[in-house]
Amino acid sequence: MPTAKELQAMKSKHNVLATFSYDKPKVDKGYANQTLYVNIESNEIKSKPVTQDMKDKFIGGRGFDLWLLWHAVNDDTRWDSPENEICIATGPIGGTTQYPGTGKSLVTTISPTTEQVIDSNVGGYFGPLLKFSGWDALEIQGKATEEIIIVIDGEESTVTIETAPEEPVDTHILSEILTDMYAEDEDDRRNVSVVSAGRGAEHALIGCLNFSLWDVRRGGIRVKQAGRGGIGSVFRNKKLKALVVRQPGVSGDSNNPADLNVIQKTGVKMHREICTEDHRQERMRTTGTPHLIEVMNAYDLLPVHNFQYGKHDDTPKITSDVWFKLFTQGIPDGCWYGCSMACAKTVENFELRTGPYKGEIVRVDGPEYETAAGVGSNCGIFDPAAILELNFYCDTYGVDTISWGTTVAFLMECYERGIINKEHTGGLELKFGNREASLELLHQVARGEGFGLIAGQGIRRIKKIFADKFGADINFLNDIGMENKGLEYSQYVSKESLAQQGGYALTNKGPQHDEAWLIFMDMVNNQIPTFEDKAEALHYFPLWRTWFGLNGLCKLPWNDVTPADNPETDEPNKVPEHVDNYVKLFNGVTGMNITREEIILQSKRVYDFQRVFNIRLGKGLRKFDAQPYRAAGPVTKEEYESRAERYDGQLKELVGFDPEGKSTEEKLAALRVYKEDQYEKLMDSVYKRRGWTENAVPKIETLKEIGIDYPEIVEVVKRHL
Amino acid sequence: MKYVKCHPDKCGYKLVCMATCAKKVQKSDDPALANIVITKKDDGTIDMNVCNQCGQCIDVCPTGALYRNKPGVVRINKDICVGCYTCVGFCPTGSMRTHESRTVPFKCISCGNCVKACPNKALAHEEGEFEPSYFEKGEPGEPGETFPKEYF
Ligand code: SF4
Ligand code: SF4
Repeated sequence: MPTAKELQAMKSKHNVLATFSYDKPKVDKGYANQTLYVNIESNEIKSKPVTQDMKDKFIGGRGFDLWLLWHAVNDDTRWDSPENEICIATGPIGGTTQYPGTGKSLVTTISPTTEQVIDSNVGGYFGPLLKFSGWDALEIQGKATEEIIIVIDGEESTVTIETAPEEPVDTHILSEILTDMYAEDEDDRRNVSVVSAGRGAEHALIGCLNFSLWDVRRGGIRVKQAGRGGIGSVFRNKKLKALVVRQPGVSGDSNNPADLNVIQKTGVKMHREICTEDHRQERMRTTGTPHLIEVMNAYDLLPVHNFQYGKHDDTPKITSDVWFKLFTQGIPDGCWYGCSMACAKTVENFELRTGPYKGEIVRVDGPEYETAAGVGSNCGIFDPAAILELNFYCDTYGVDTISWGTTVAFLMECYERGIINKEHTGGLELKFGNREASLELLHQVARGEGFGLIAGQGIRRIKKIFADKFGADINFLNDIGMENKGLEYSQYVSKESLAQQGGYALTNKGPQHDEAWLIFMDMVNNQIPTFEDKAEALHYFPLWRTWFGLNGLCKLPWNDVTPADNPETDEPNKVPEHVDNYVKLFNGVTGMNITREEIILQSKRVYDFQRVFNIRLGKGLRKFDAQPYRAAGPVTKEEYESRAERYDGQLKELVGFDPEGKSTEEKLAALRVYKEDQYEKLMDSVYKRRGWTENAVPKIETLKEIGIDYPEIVEVVKRHL
Repeated sequence: MKYVKCHPDKCGYKLVCMATCAKKVQKSDDPALANIVITKKDDGTIDMNVCNQCGQCIDVCPTGALYRNKPGVVRINKDICVGCYTCVGFCPTGSMRTHESRTVPFKCISCGNCVKACPNKALAHEEGEFEPSYFEKGEPGEPGETFPKEYF
């Protein structure tokens, strides 16, 4: 960490390109009622009013982001077009301090890997501090010609665009430097949050953003990631080095809710529930999300060797008991105030073994389940130290751990099958389990050299390179390359759950578990057997989960802890008591009087709007919802034979095909015809339930019914009717 | 460290302690603002609830607003408390208090005013001892294991 003098020297090199002073509004019932527009090309900074219609129809968070982005871009905008924006917003409930999981920021942009809208939900203090500084959302447009930062100081009520030529780019250094630089004194550091990417995001298209918080208990920076879809790559492409927000004085009524009493009571009830139930249920407070490793392994759902398999003998080396011992215990680990679920665990005093920071002792934020499974089991790496090292470097370089894990797993399979060899990889032996190779490849991404330049592009583009340049069979690559819409799969094996296949691929942004996670309902508990049941679940749950993103909420406190009597309720999968909590929170903040059903309607508007947005960008139709066959069934002989009994049984019972005496190839083919047909039928049922055409286009009557039949939206839909 | 010890068997349910605490500590006439709470249960017995200064709340507080002062009493620094109420939900005895007029919780400061005021001697000021929390020890938490140096 630089000394105060060095910091001063660095800051003295900043050239302020634009300063904007504003009248800071008092937040009123969860809204600042204005959004901040910053153009880093023309250096224009201005305030835009939030209209009542925006609040009624788009609520906030992801809804506001999408609405702003929609008006900023045109049909041909690509990820690196100057008019593409990065939008960041929390929502009306965001910034509440009393209830767990209420500090999320939602980030959207047009993605380099999916070439359509991406949205990402992230912790850290940025979103709430942005709102308390007077802004419901921030949109950043244009491309800077030199390295810049944007500084929003809520206390001074100023926004500046400053050059920042000397600060290093990597997050673990940059976020600490900027926190120290813009905090008035040591105590003030808690009031600063920094958004940054890293060197990797400059050369990769799977770049992520890191959102910081100053951890008063550890006396250091923590970072949470807006990982999916390459937002960090857009950020660096714009020559943005960082965003800084500073807003002192957060208190229990900073969000100025209509009924503070209701918020306080609902919050206390939830803290109490977590206090009494968490250690009996998911143990989020002590092991965070990695407790899922052993659960997924037990159900054959943990991705192993590029999603070929769902379990491995070495899994015990990376299960929650291992992480429990490595994580610091007994400390509040929320990613915003009041999150007593406290799942944001860290490993302290980790000595790096490779790369530019080799030998340094660092704090590793994580791993989360997705990271441990992605860079770990999916790549055959069952080694906690290697997982931590990969976790750390992905974060500080600004590379998404999920996309990195899924991409490297794909590359390793290609290597093992001889599709690529050392000549292509520049000598890297990319075999499953080779931790050094995964790390070296990651360092190559950061250095912008060698095979790293290919690896960083994400699976969709890599497939094309392998087919065009290395003569690989594109059909096989399409079968095993775990991406849909250009986004790499997150870390669950969906082969045995048709509903989850839809939960992954019938999404707006691509295969990310935050839209729907239906594996247990579907595969384990068989609660949604018919197509209609699955379609209903794929209507309700994605909409329910969308709502978190409209309000600045985290999904985890919804169902990763449940009231003791939840199993006895009518619909335990929905966690009715928590649904009621959210109704109370929304009404308590906004002063409105919505019902449970209106939650779904609020989401439906934004969800369908996002679909139309994708269609406008030339995507969003049925063909883009196709999944790689590995998400549905065994692609290779080895996969089939490893679970022969299961698949033979399916052929007999479901397909009406007698496997007796048949070759594995014949059985694979028969099963595939069946599974692909099932998926097509699922699409039909889901689109119908969602009020969309067979081509996945929201019908005009649907748009009318939900009240977003704006001419500009209808016009896009009409092109496809 | 001195804490207020309750003897419900001696309580006459006059609520003098609550009125005194509200008045002297919270400067209010509203007994709902008292740091000590006396309730009559359905079966007619008395429940007396007040903080025993165990300090378990200190390590759930995300801001460092909870601390033990020199004499050992757990106090809240209202300037940095963000009113998250985690401490309220996690207090093992349910003695961290809230009120709709407040954005921060409040709790017994072990001043002994209620002890002096109780006509029935149902309250006593007693010496107690508790395990210091990580925060008090200046540690971030229970440190995790580390890997051997020659790991890779
Ligand atoms: S549950 Fe975890 S991710 Fe969600 S808000 Fe709390 S600490 Fe953050
Ligand atoms: S309410 Fe205040 S004292 Fe209690 S845990 Fe939250 S910040 Fe700490």
